[in-house]
Amino acid sequence: MTLILAAAHQAGWLGQAIDLSVEWLLANAQGLFDLIKVSVLALVSVTEMVLEWPPAWLFALITAALGFWRVNGGFALFVLLGFNLVLAMALWSEMIATLSLVLTASSLALLIGLPLGILSARSRLVWRLVRPCLDLMQTMPAFVYLIPAVMLFSTGAVPSILATLIFAMPPVVRLTHLGIVQVPDDLIEAGRSFGCSDRQLLWKVQMPNAVPTVMTGVNQTIMLSLSMVVIASMIGGGGLGDVVLRGIQQLDVGMGFEGGIAVVILAVILDRLSQSFAGRRGSSLQQRLRAWIALWRSS
Amino acid sequence: MQSEISIKSVWKLFGRSSAELVEQLRSGADPEELHASRGVRAAVQDVSLEVRAGEIFVVMGLSGSGKSTLLRMLNGLISPCEGEVTVKGCSLNSMTAQQLAELRRHQMAMVFQSFALFPHRSVLENAAFGLEVAGMPRKARIDRAMQALERVGLAAEARKRPRELSGGMQQRVGLARALALDPPILLMDEAFSALDPLIRKDMQDLLLDLQAEHRRTVVFISHDLDEAIRIGDRIALMQDGRLLQCDTAQRLLHHPANDEVKRFFRDVDVASVLTVEAIVQPPPHLSVCDVGEPLPDEGGVTMYVTDRLQHFRGLIRPGLGWVDMAAIKTLSTGTSVKAAIDVVATSAEPVPVLDDDKRLLGVISTRQLLLAMEAGD
Repeated sequence: MTLILAAAHQAGWLGQAIDLSVEWLLANAQGLFDLIKVSVLALVSVTEMVLEWPPAWLFALITAALGFWRVNGGFALFVLLGFNLVLAMALWSEMIATLSLVLTASSLALLIGLPLGILSARSRLVWRLVRPCLDLMQTMPAFVYLIPAVMLFSTGAVPSILATLIFAMPPVVRLTHLGIVQVPDDLIEAGRSFGCSDRQLLWKVQMPNAVPTVMTGVNQTIMLSLSMVVIASMIGGGGLGDVVLRGIQQLDVGMGFEGGIAVVILAVILDRLSQSFAGRRGSSLQQRLRAWIALWRSS
Repeated sequence: MQSEISIKSVWKLFGRSSAELVEQLRSGADPEELHASRGVRAAVQDVSLEVRAGEIFVVMGLSGSGKSTLLRMLNGLISPCEGEVTVKGCSLNSMTAQQLAELRRHQMAMVFQSFALFPHRSVLENAAFGLEVAGMPRKARIDRAMQALERVGLAAEARKRPRELSGGMQQRVGLARALALDPPILLMDEAFSALDPLIRKDMQDLLLDLQAEHRRTVVFISHDLDEAIRIGDRIALMQDGRLLQCDTAQRLLHHPANDEVKRFFRDVDVASVLTVEAIVQPPPHLSVCDVGEPLPDEGGVTMYVTDRLQHFRGLIRPGLGWVDMAAIKTLSTGTSVKAAIDVVATSAEPVPVLDDDKRLLGVISTRQLLLAMEAGD
């Protein structure tokens, strides 16, 4: 099978160059990769430990309470019923594993993406460099990231998280940049006229005004993380993706759907909760729509 | 009076400007042509002005006349291509960014046409913004901001968000944000232009009240001549980036430098601009008497009587004798001619005009009133 594929298509000169550079990295920067591997592994293990600590009923209650506070009663009910279904399908520990992968990957993506977005908004040069990278990251088929991730970090949670990180980072960078850039000129002028330094302008005028847009980016990053984490089960990421993958491999429609439904439940809960932090309650959908329209216009 | 802000032959070109282009304009090149051929717009051309401490200085012109650009050069938001802006004796040209920020924090505050309030801050936090930027501790700046809000009558709205307020109230917040800093200089960029006429008048009154309490130097941009005349101690008229004339409203009206200035004032209600002291005439017959009741004069004319220090005491009507000033209608300085019409028309003799110390400046007759109003048209 592999032989036939190799005969049908040999990597071209560009592919060979990329092969070579990955090999060079493997040969010369193994220490760095080991360090990254260990720290990401530690991070995801701690996250998983924390999430696994409460029993399922307590976890569901806490999430429902959060949902009641941030969204509404109907959503809290959905959380309880949804988690109940996951438990009934015996997919609880898989869901927790997926959740910890998502949380680790998206918090790393935010840790890098937010400062990068701010920097892009403040310097035209940085934006000119960052923008094509973001385009590349967003349009490259998600599966492609899996190959170098496996080569550099072998299989397991760490390459899954890193591939997810790259896939999920663009929205938060883009929307942070957009949010800051689209702050009305008269507010900037007002800030300047009262003697703001560049730093004061950023933290007292631009960032507070950009928060709804930035939070939309955060929401998108979390959602993309979830979709990528499922795909990353192909390289041993584990969790709900595994269930779906097994369903495909064994042509077991029922199993595939069970995994799929659990992913959907998790997605809805993550989406509504992260959205609720995007601004005023109740208007977040409209706000999100507006931010997206603005985003497409700008790019 | 010392000048607080001075502008010396300032030029500002937008687009790809250069010293050579300024030179071309200076030697009489047509700005329109330059705009068409080089894409350069001459916003401010060779403007020189002195703003005195404590006056309301109105820069008046139609949109596109360069007045807003001129205002932004006063606090360095826009820097001139050529020329110099000096505030309290310090040239802005040589200031570092840090010095400029300090100048904006302590010397001048700006009020905007679009209000430019921060939507994420409460009214109180908006008012405290300037103090926060200047690094004042939280407690102190909240107190100061609250005082400023009280002064503009918005203490009750302190916890609200700006968008919950009406336009007029929002601009009061904008004014409070500037006042909280207690700056010696206020820059107001068409501050009242976006408001309804009635609210606008209220805001003008508020500004005049504030000036009466504590005189600041106010540079006020406006495209509304009535507003300029109402609040301005002096008015600078601008057109197409050039300064046409700078003087008091009365002098602009009576001694226009050119036809463009005249055109501005064509539709102005002269009677509301002119004040009585501009048309006052010396009394035809004057007698000085310090005490007691002066003797009736036999000449058959109205005699105006003052003491030796020119304080008005009363007058002698022919055939009727002495009338004390308490029984006579008088006009005080600063009254508009319009407001004087009624008094003058219903008075038997020319009406005496008194200054604040009740000294007799002269009299106004019906004839003079009519002549003055005719001269303006």
